[in-house]
Amino acid sequence: MLYREAGDFKTTYAKDQQTFPIAFDRRGYFLTLIIAFLVVPFLVNDYWLNAILLPFLIYSIAAMGLNILTGYCGQVSLGSGGFMAVGAYASYKLMTSFPDLNMIIVVLLSGGITALVGGLFGLPSLRIKGFYLAVVTLAAQFFLVWLFNKVPWFYNYSASGQISAPEREILGYAVTGANVLPWVSYLFCLSFVFVLAWGARNLTRGANGRKWMAIRDMDIAAEIIGVDPLKTKLTAFAVSSFYIGVAGALLFSVYLGAVEVGEAFGISKSFLILFMVIIGGLGSIFGSFAGAAFMVLMPVLLKNIMVGQFGWAIDLAAHFEFVIVGGLIVFFLIVEPHGFAQLWSIAKEKLRLWPFPH
Amino acid sequence: MNAVNSHITPDGRTIGAPIMEMKNITLRFGGVVAIKDISFDIKEGEIRAIIGPNGAGKSSMLNVINGFYHPQEGEVHFRGKKRKSLKPHQIAKQGIARTFQNIALFKGMSTLDNIMTGRLTHMKAGLLSQTLWWGNAQREEVENREVVEKVIDFLEIQTIRKTPVGRLPYGLQKRVELGRALAAEPKLLLLDEPMAGMNVEEKEDMSRFILDVNDEFGTTIALIEHDMGVVMDIADRVVVMDYGKKIGDGTPQEVRSNQNVIDAYLGVAHD
Repeated sequence: MLYREAGDFKTTYAKDQQTFPIAFDRRGYFLTLIIAFLVVPFLVNDYWLNAILLPFLIYSIAAMGLNILTGYCGQVSLGSGGFMAVGAYASYKLMTSFPDLNMIIVVLLSGGITALVGGLFGLPSLRIKGFYLAVVTLAAQFFLVWLFNKVPWFYNYSASGQISAPEREILGYAVTGANVLPWVSYLFCLSFVFVLAWGARNLTRGANGRKWMAIRDMDIAAEIIGVDPLKTKLTAFAVSSFYIGVAGALLFSVYLGAVEVGEAFGISKSFLILFMVIIGGLGSIFGSFAGAAFMVLMPVLLKNIMVGQFGWAIDLAAHFEFVIVGGLIVFFLIVEPHGFAQLWSIAKEKLRLWPFPH
Repeated sequence: MNAVNSHITPDGRTIGAPIMEMKNITLRFGGVVAIKDISFDIKEGEIRAIIGPNGAGKSSMLNVINGFYHPQEGEVHFRGKKRKSLKPHQIAKQGIARTFQNIALFKGMSTLDNIMTGRLTHMKAGLLSQTLWWGNAQREEVENREVVEKVIDFLEIQTIRKTPVGRLPYGLQKRVELGRALAAEPKLLLLDEPMAGMNVEEKEDMSRFILDVNDEFGTTIALIEHDMGVVMDIADRVVVMDYGKKIGDGTPQEVRSNQNVIDAYLGVAHD
């Protein structure tokens, strides 16, 4: 009854093109923002932060990045883990080389460096499509991890081969290092998520997004209407890598604090992000969030049920977790191949008519 | 437009100097000769039909015009100048739009978005402006939406504006594809079998749209079509191709009485 577009007349094209054309959606969006920015910081504690909120926020950025490339532009990539590593190592080198550099700038620059690297690996996409492109990005994944392992300059010749984030402050509050307050790192990541999600939405709803989707849906027709395929694909690779690089920088500096490249940014990370995008819904910003939430929350939930409720041994529960999450992914893909985003839009369409569907 | 070369048709349209001239075009794929030494021109403001049996090289000819294929021999002159070897997206920017024999819409997008893609050559906002949805990007979005809405009105597809094109019936998809090409405001519009697979009513609608486009916007149109009734009714001049060669060229009446054309394509009426 509340969810109606009736009576909500659009009198300008600008209004018709807004992100949330239905008033109810708009209110829900602002309410979510208010809760996320003004309520959650007062409630957040270490457990919630480290188990759920930070990984959810950071993986949302990575999922948005991959969704831009795969969901909007149709270029399959298995190199997300490698590109996250580029972001992480870029932020490490920037933090250690320029100790006075503001952390926000460090993260953005890391994204920029990753964008350049991603653009470079995107070059073959003009000639190579589909599975073959996936193999090229797979090569990027293995090459980048190998590079960060082999060249000591990247980890400042440390004996362990690990990189660890030094303490950096913004406005007097530590955002990296050992003395970070939960609400500070939460707000730090949330701000990035908010700005990047807003940017992704703008990029995908306008001319640029149409170019990407045109290439995805029918590249020959896209060329005929004046889309330069190379430029468009490279833009997608660069923008996508920027997002993934920012996620990598945040994952390393704010969330993990110290990483070893093969462990933190291996091929399994690429798959994790790909699963998020597929389960959440290809070609949907909302889907990126839903997919990240699913892949972050599901294991935590299962563990709590199996260990907390049934009292199973932790290692048994850990193995079962793999089985159940894997099974759920398969089940979900069979039932709704277009992901949560599709379920969400079906639900909204039904809601518009409810309770009088005829 | 050269006043000496232009003339006015009985129904009041002005046909000018050639906008597109194909000179001795030969196109080979390995040993196969798809187009053999063909020359013809398309005059500004006219409806030019290309007809011929299957495999005659008609679609290849359109592909040469919009740059998918590069002929081994011959020259393409567009608006009085010899055209260099360009990529399809560069040719699109010069003002040539087309539709495809098999519908080539963007299935994941709505009707509105599909037609908006036709405006991409007119949208210049930078990446930053688009990311921030500020300045050029927002202004262009609204300006081009206005043009697109005119096309939507013209083609009478207001009701399916927000429908994903994958859900539309065939006839409407063809119409949306025409809309996408029209939105680009092309100088030259290429239509590859715009009426294939349509029933009589749909063909009538489509013919009406083609004539209206030509009449109202003065768009030059080159089309491939198999329905002879339609071709003879709407085309100003017809090129007939067979096995990669040109076997006839002229007004529908001239072509209809050309013995080569009758033998190769039209056939004779049996009582």
